[in-house]
Amino acid sequence: MRLFRRVPDDDVDEELRSHVLLRADDLERSGLPRDEAERRARIELGGALRYREECHDAAGGTGLESLLQDTRYGLRVLRKAPTFTAVAVLTIALAIGANAVVFAALNAIILRPLDLPDPGNLYSIHRIVGKSAAQSYPDYVDLRDRNTSFDGLAAFNFVIAGFDSGTNPLRSWGIAATGNYFDVLRVQPYLGRLFHADDEHGPNSASFVVLTHAFWHAHFHDDPSVIGRVVQLNKHPYTVIGVTPPGFHGTLLFFSGDFFVPLVNQEELTGTPFLAVRGDHVLFMALGRLKPGVTRDRAAADLDAISAQLEKDYPKDHKHAAVTLARPNLYGDYVGGPARAFLTALMLLAGLILVAACANLGSLFAARAADRTREIALRLALGAGRSRVVRQLLTEAMLISLAGGALGLWGGLIVMRWLVAWQPFPQYPINIPVNPDARVYVAAALLALASGLLFGAAPIRQVLRTDPYTVVKSGPRTTVERGFSFRDVLVVAQIAICAVLVTASLVAVRGFMRSLHAAFGFEPRDVVLAETILDMAGYRPDQVAPMQKRMMEAVATIPGVTSAALVDWPPLATGGGNSPSVYSDSASEFTARTAAASVLQLRVSPSYLATARTTLLAGRMFSEHDDAGAPRVAIVNTAFAQKLFGSAVAGLHAYFRLDEATRVQIVGIVETGRYASLTEPPQAAMFLPLLQAPSSDTWLVVRSSTDLSIIATAIRDRLHHLDAALPVTIQSWDQGMDLARFPARVATVSLGVLGIMGAMLSLSGVFGMAAYSVSRRMREFGIRMALGAPRKSIVSAALGRALRLLALGSAAGVALGLMGARVLASIVWQATPRDPLVVGGVLTVMVLLGLLATWIPAQRALSVDPLALLRQE
Amino acid sequence: MSGEAQLLPGTLDLLILKAVSLGPLHGYGILLRIGQISGQALLVEQGALYPAFFRLVRQGLLKAKWGTSDNNRRAKFYELTAAGQKRLRAETEGWQRLAAAVASALAATPEKL
Repeated sequence: MRLFRRVPDDDVDEELRSHVLLRADDLERSGLPRDEAERRARIELGGALRYREECHDAAGGTGLESLLQDTRYGLRVLRKAPTFTAVAVLTIALAIGANAVVFAALNAIILRPLDLPDPGNLYSIHRIVGKSAAQSYPDYVDLRDRNTSFDGLAAFNFVIAGFDSGTNPLRSWGIAATGNYFDVLRVQPYLGRLFHADDEHGPNSASFVVLTHAFWHAHFHDDPSVIGRVVQLNKHPYTVIGVTPPGFHGTLLFFSGDFFVPLVNQEELTGTPFLAVRGDHVLFMALGRLKPGVTRDRAAADLDAISAQLEKDYPKDHKHAAVTLARPNLYGDYVGGPARAFLTALMLLAGLILVAACANLGSLFAARAADRTREIALRLALGAGRSRVVRQLLTEAMLISLAGGALGLWGGLIVMRWLVAWQPFPQYPINIPVNPDARVYVAAALLALASGLLFGAAPIRQVLRTDPYTVVKSGPRTTVERGFSFRDVLVVAQIAICAVLVTASLVAVRGFMRSLHAAFGFEPRDVVLAETILDMAGYRPDQVAPMQKRMMEAVATIPGVTSAALVDWPPLATGGGNSPSVYSDSASEFTARTAAASVLQLRVSPSYLATARTTLLAGRMFSEHDDAGAPRVAIVNTAFAQKLFGSAVAGLHAYFRLDEATRVQIVGIVETGRYASLTEPPQAAMFLPLLQAPSSDTWLVVRSSTDLSIIATAIRDRLHHLDAALPVTIQSWDQGMDLARFPARVATVSLGVLGIMGAMLSLSGVFGMAAYSVSRRMREFGIRMALGAPRKSIVSAALGRALRLLALGSAAGVALGLMGARVLASIVWQATPRDPLVVGGVLTVMVLLGLLATWIPAQRALSVDPLALLRQE
Repeated sequence: MSGEAQLLPGTLDLLILKAVSLGPLHGYGILLRIGQISGQALLVEQGALYPAFFRLVRQGLLKAKWGTSDNNRRAKFYELTAAGQKRLRAETEGWQRLAAAVASALAATPEKL
């Protein structure tokens, strides 16, 4: 049977017309004039329109036919209530939009596999403490050659290099990859060729560079003749051999670099030999493709056995944790764990928003259906089936949810486009690839349909209970409901959900505010940082220290600069520095197992601690005399002292060792700050003089009393004057901390948005309920007032219920929110639910919302004019 | 009018089938034919016929095609299908049984009990 069996209107009309003409013929024959006969015939037939509809129904006008009818009728009804429709559509649009964006992020970051052939059997290998995927190159080679579980094991690392193609040198990021990298990932060249394992012949033997499609497009304007051209990377010549396909930028989701070079050439690019150093975990990640039929567990056990053997063979350099395999795109659990937890929590909250919106609309629809009792009763009395009436109400709900869904998705797409284009950190090639795909659209459509059914279903029970005869005779009931109705449950649930959201967002915002004003162990305000990498500009090791001294002197004389210093990595402004092992002075063995601790190492110029305003608690600062010729010295923080010497102030003038030959004396103790992340526990750290532990990659730390942008320009000028070809990266320390604040910022912004949405929803929910209960009982209030009831009792009768429900919902929501806020503490520093300000804040917000939402209905209840109202009846 | 009787629910379809069984007719013709065969005793609301036609067509009891009336008007003619004939026979029997039963019940007198 066909679904859509529509009798054409023409057919029915023509048949009815033919009937009229035939009847008129008869009447004319009985003596009436023609026009009078036709008029009479038409009257006798009655309402042609009605019969036409009935004919359609009789001819099987079910399915699409009645759906169209319902839709037309629904549109008419909704157009008559524009405010209701607009509020309902906006509510659902907000909820669907939030869900679409969060789901798109979840989809792009967690659900969608890498866009490579057979991504399901690609795994990153995590085998050192802390779940990092780092490896040393010799370890990687042993793992690669001895394992029996992987089809191939590749590794890569990041390099930052001055990329000079003859025009202006660029500071660009790339990936240094093992020769088998592209073959393990099964990437085919877009242009030219990629490098392979047989291109490697020992250190610095493969001076090839492969460009990413995006970089080739942006800087070579899709010029295919670039293949074969020689470019300069950190002043070394490299031949461009190929371009990777569009969309491929390595295996890390958030990182999109400019080029790929063979890992064996990284030594000449960074100037640090590592290919033969087993203890140096230089490689960022090793990853491989499992052989068909090998399980993840078997592969992990295989690698574990090799690791154990390596540990036995090289006890000095080796210490490993149990091997785990993870998805390479999110760096295993290091980023993947928190990202997954956060996105799941966000999805949950977005889901709650949708549920709250549905509850909100459900109670509105139920209230509306109650107001339309008369209309519904009339339709039932005229013979409409109850199922047809329910279908009609559901159609209205669907219209609203689909319109809202479309609007929400549209808004969501705008937000997503903005997110994709957003580069949260100008100095790193990091972006958030939240590209929507078919799954996002389907999910949004399904959510819209499901929520339409959900809130459309709220009034069904009511419709089924309606008794047309009593309603038509006596009008809708105006009795006061006692006990809890289904609608009350909806309102309480909705308010509870909204209170959860408000609580969560306040906890996050408060934690974030605190993290901005916390003690970092240094003072980032009024400081400009300028990074120079001297070996990148071709400086030989013996030229580095004099140049650094000249740079410091040059910026120190800028007017307004109060002090200048050098550090190899400013805390919280970069990802983090080295954490070498330290040994107690009495150590006789120097293996990873006998190390006293692994501590953060900051190499600084003498003036650094004063410039950064890190408080010296005991001992002395470094001086110019702590140079290569002087005995090795260090300044440590209290966490270091605590760890090695058992007390925060112990250990001054004591010795420790960096290795067998390097004995270092502690000359000062400083406060413990934060170094790599805002949420880290206190970390042991040591400061070493740059002159004794040189580095060519340093940051000028320039404190000044004037406008930072003026200082930044002046620094650029001075350094340009010293060496015009030296690339410099300048930013304020505050800006640099954006990376450290990023997780907290994202959490705060997204939770803040959800919190505001939650507050808006509970506002409209409470308002809807209060307004409805007032409008239903206007007549009762009129009588009460006429009988002399005081205003207070009217207000409490009108709004008592709404406020009681609000209080109940808020209490439940705050309790739930405080429990949930524990999860937040891991993302937002100092986010604690046990904060009187938060609890107070949530309660204040909910009370304000309640007052705001009930203000207008209360005014309406009080403005009742008993006489006018009674006259109306 | 005292001579007219109200139609019992469900009898309209039966009357239409009966009217059409006597030969193909257009809608207005069916109206006239019902009046004629009931001796003008049964009153059918004119418009109510048409939804009934569509219903019977959908049930496969009638088939319809456009044609020309005696006085040269275009009109839709209805005809009984095989299923329609079967239904008419069954309903006629059912109606007669019901009518006989009601008649005998109404004819009951105390003596016959």
